[in-house]
Amino acid sequence: MATYQCNGNSSAGDLVVPEIKFTKLFINGEFVDAVSGKTFETRDPRTGDVLAHIAEADKADVDLAVNAAREAFDHGAWPRMSGYERGRILNKLADLVEQRTEEMAALDGADGGKLLLLGKAMDIPFAVQMLRYYAGAADKIHGESLRLSGKYQGYTLKEPIGVVGVIIPWNFPSLMFFLKVSPALAAGCTVVVKPAEQTPLSALYYAHLAKLAGIPDGVINVLPGFGPTAGAAITAHMDVDSVAFTGSGEVGRLVMEAAAKSNLKTVSLELGGKSPLIIFDDADVDMAVNLSRLAIFYNKGEVCVAGSRVYVQEGIYDEFVKKAVEAARSVKVGDPFDASTNMGPQVDKEQFEKVLSYIEHGKSEGATLLTGGKRAGDRGYYIEPTIFADVKDDMKIAQDEIFGPVMSLMKFKTVEEAIERANCSRYGLAAGVVTRSLDVANRVSRSVRAGTVWVNCYYAFDPDAPFGGYKMSGFGRDMGVGAIDKYLQVKSVVTALPDSPWY
Amino acid sequence: MAGENNGASTFQFKMPEIKFTKLFINGRFVDAVSGRTFETRDPRTGDVIASIAEGDKEDVDLAVRAAREAFDHGEWPRMSGSERGRIMTRFADLVEKHTDMLALLDSLDAGKLAAATKMFDIAATAGSLRYFAGAADKIHGETLKMQGQFHGYTLREPIGVAGIIIPWNMPCTMFGTKVAPALAAGCTVVVKPAEQTPLSALYLADLAKQAGIPDGVMNVVPGFGSTAGAAIASHMNVDTVSFTGSTEVGRLIMEASARSNLKPVFLELGGKSPLVIFDDADIDMAVELAINANLFNKGEICVSATRVYVQEGIYDQFEKKLTESLKSWVVGDPFDPRVNQGPQIDKTQYERVLNYIEHGKREGATVLTGGKPCGQKGYCIEPTIFTNVMDDMTIAKEEIFGPVMCLMKFKTVEEAIERANDTVYGLSAGVVTKDMDVANRVLRSVRAGMVWVNCYMVVCSDCPFGGRKMSGFGKDEGMHALDKFLVVKSVVTPLRGSPWM
Repeated sequence: MATYQCNGNSSAGDLVVPEIKFTKLFINGEFVDAVSGKTFETRDPRTGDVLAHIAEADKADVDLAVNAAREAFDHGAWPRMSGYERGRILNKLADLVEQRTEEMAALDGADGGKLLLLGKAMDIPFAVQMLRYYAGAADKIHGESLRLSGKYQGYTLKEPIGVVGVIIPWNFPSLMFFLKVSPALAAGCTVVVKPAEQTPLSALYYAHLAKLAGIPDGVINVLPGFGPTAGAAITAHMDVDSVAFTGSGEVGRLVMEAAAKSNLKTVSLELGGKSPLIIFDDADVDMAVNLSRLAIFYNKGEVCVAGSRVYVQEGIYDEFVKKAVEAARSVKVGDPFDASTNMGPQVDKEQFEKVLSYIEHGKSEGATLLTGGKRAGDRGYYIEPTIFADVKDDMKIAQDEIFGPVMSLMKFKTVEEAIERANCSRYGLAAGVVTRSLDVANRVSRSVRAGTVWVNCYYAFDPDAPFGGYKMSGFGRDMGVGAIDKYLQVKSVVTALPDSPWY
Repeated sequence: MAGENNGASTFQFKMPEIKFTKLFINGRFVDAVSGRTFETRDPRTGDVIASIAEGDKEDVDLAVRAAREAFDHGEWPRMSGSERGRIMTRFADLVEKHTDMLALLDSLDAGKLAAATKMFDIAATAGSLRYFAGAADKIHGETLKMQGQFHGYTLREPIGVAGIIIPWNMPCTMFGTKVAPALAAGCTVVVKPAEQTPLSALYLADLAKQAGIPDGVMNVVPGFGSTAGAAIASHMNVDTVSFTGSTEVGRLIMEASARSNLKPVFLELGGKSPLVIFDDADIDMAVELAINANLFNKGEICVSATRVYVQEGIYDQFEKKLTESLKSWVVGDPFDPRVNQGPQIDKTQYERVLNYIEHGKREGATVLTGGKPCGQKGYCIEPTIFTNVMDDMTIAKEEIFGPVMCLMKFKTVEEAIERANDTVYGLSAGVVTKDMDVANRVLRSVRAGMVWVNCYMVVCSDCPFGGRKMSGFGKDEGMHALDKFLVVKSVVTPLRGSPWM
């Protein structure tokens, strides 16, 4: 097995640790301590050391935040402004974020082990792009006039739903923040955001920037804290009108249950995945290898749409395997602040141990370990890029979401077989298809039960392309104009129309 | 006080033969696996109409399996939208052809006025089928404006097997409104009609087969909520559930989904809708609206406007005219064309409504008219109006689902809006005024899924129907209704050499 260049061993002196300016809860326009006075630690996965102590929100803080958001919605300026004016303020916020790209990327890098270079080139710019997209959509939210069958005039109004709870994960802290908050704000809603406890730093900074941009007090509230306390308080709150959640399936269930038991608030869930990447004989093998490498090692495999099951048609299988292993071995694992690193550490100890445990499982289930398979370095949470071959579809490593740099490689014969095996999963988040054949591409893209299908590409996200799951990957869509619907209510208005020259 | 009523006697008419009493699974009428049956009763007398096969978990499993097979491998989703539309149109034709029988079955099963059921309920059922038949080939995704060099588009695909759980107040209409968009989208369905009203659903299943809907596409499993309904809501192989019914059961359905396979659910639940009548209203029109809004279908309507707020300037006149109008109101056998209001649907509902009436009296509200049962047999209740109602009284807050109106006085438009919104529900609302500014202000301020201006209960195929807050989420009717049965898929491919982006 090749050794990896990993500077997980480097001393504390080599590490860049960004300045952490905001550590308190942001409620009604102010940074405040938690009612309980409690704080929690957020750690740097490069070392395991504590980065900062953050105020820990619990139910009492959620109540304050929801009250502020409710007041801001029911009586405040935000929903009463025109969509155009909201758009202008959101664009201002986008400018402020963009000006601080490096600083925000550094915060996420230290908090989440994310590559600084990619944070600067992709995460933050994409978050800004999304914010601008919804800023531009705010004044284009249309209802319809209807064709009623009696003497009536009818139209639909798309109204802001009210106070929205936003619960986001730790893998793309900045992106997730703006993914949910931008359309909610564009719609005229107010929000209470609970960032993941692993990555609270950038969300608090964005709260500060939001105020600078002119977003009125109470419209955005940010409450770092834990799921079972702060998160649960939001999902069970009788005065929250909707919850938008991205995270694990187990917690997604709890969110939906809590909504059912409280006030039947609407929920949208973006959950896990075990997305298949299907590579046909006519594929450009080098391109396919690059895609598969991207699909599983990008962001250390901590992506809901990671292409963790790779199905390669038998004609090119051997060539593919050889090149894929080389590609995995060329992935440089190390400090995400080092510009030459390709893959940083897993986000925390828990995830790190979980991935290693799945790797052991794969070995004991009888899959063939081709490369990687263990931790990298002896400090922090680094794992070697790992490929298993001869994976059977019913193995745990083929069915469960690992959320780490572990690829399961499988061989297939026919397109029917590929489709069937691709669909043999309780998840349905994304899929990739690599082929030159138009018919194969069309057939497979329509047959795979997944919310996004990438043809000859992967991770091609776009603010205009709806994103979300089928089956147990959840329901509801982010991105695209349709995402705003989660934060709107349709109202039908019907008036008697006794005298009209047409009906 | 309500006029002559013959709640006791039954109007002369020929009892129909009840042809369909078994479960309809995979194109055939079959007994329940357990062999059990249950009784459906006539609310005019409490007598048994028929014994119906009682579906339970095993039967739901069979139905879901048939629906799954029909979706995953059958022809229904593989037909073009326009072909599905043609078959659905034939189905609508058959519904119209059998209007009399379907109306009879619903009237018998639910105590609904025979004439009104023919004119509204069955017409609406056929109407939903025709509307969505016409929509089936117009389900569009979009091509997108990507920011990179990519071609992107969305596909709106049928979600799969849809569980449909419907209530007893408008059996055929509910069937049509849920099943039509599901079929148009290319889905297959497992329908559980209410245990109080299984007859028309089974009849419709037979008509569907005659129309050419393939086996397994439509399955009907009569049974009880806690058994058959629960089995559907928690089934790992049902892709979505659409439910109309009570808020309590709505919760159970959402919970069951969370615990099973996280299927998206759509709930159309209860209401306590306000009807707000301003000083400049046409009083006669307003009185008529208020009466219909409360007494149509014996008050067993989710959108009943059971809180009537009248501005003080016309309050006394309104109260007087309302009482006058009700003097000639006839409660009795729904098959008698002279009758305005039939019996409540069953003993449980009947007792529940009477309980609320007693509660209102104890809480200190004034009975303006009605307030007691009428007739010796069956479940008839006098149309009841309470005045001097405080907003925090139980009768003003909880959904009664019977012929009971709360009449209240208000001063200003701000007050009306605040009181109208002071409810956990948000299904519908009515506004009666000639003033454009008042109308616009109130209709935007009321937190309800539907607002009727100078009319009430206007429901039609192109108009989205559904609530907010604890009245649920999701829409029936209108093109939005299809969304419940479709999933959005984005497809993205790299572009090379495109002359525009």
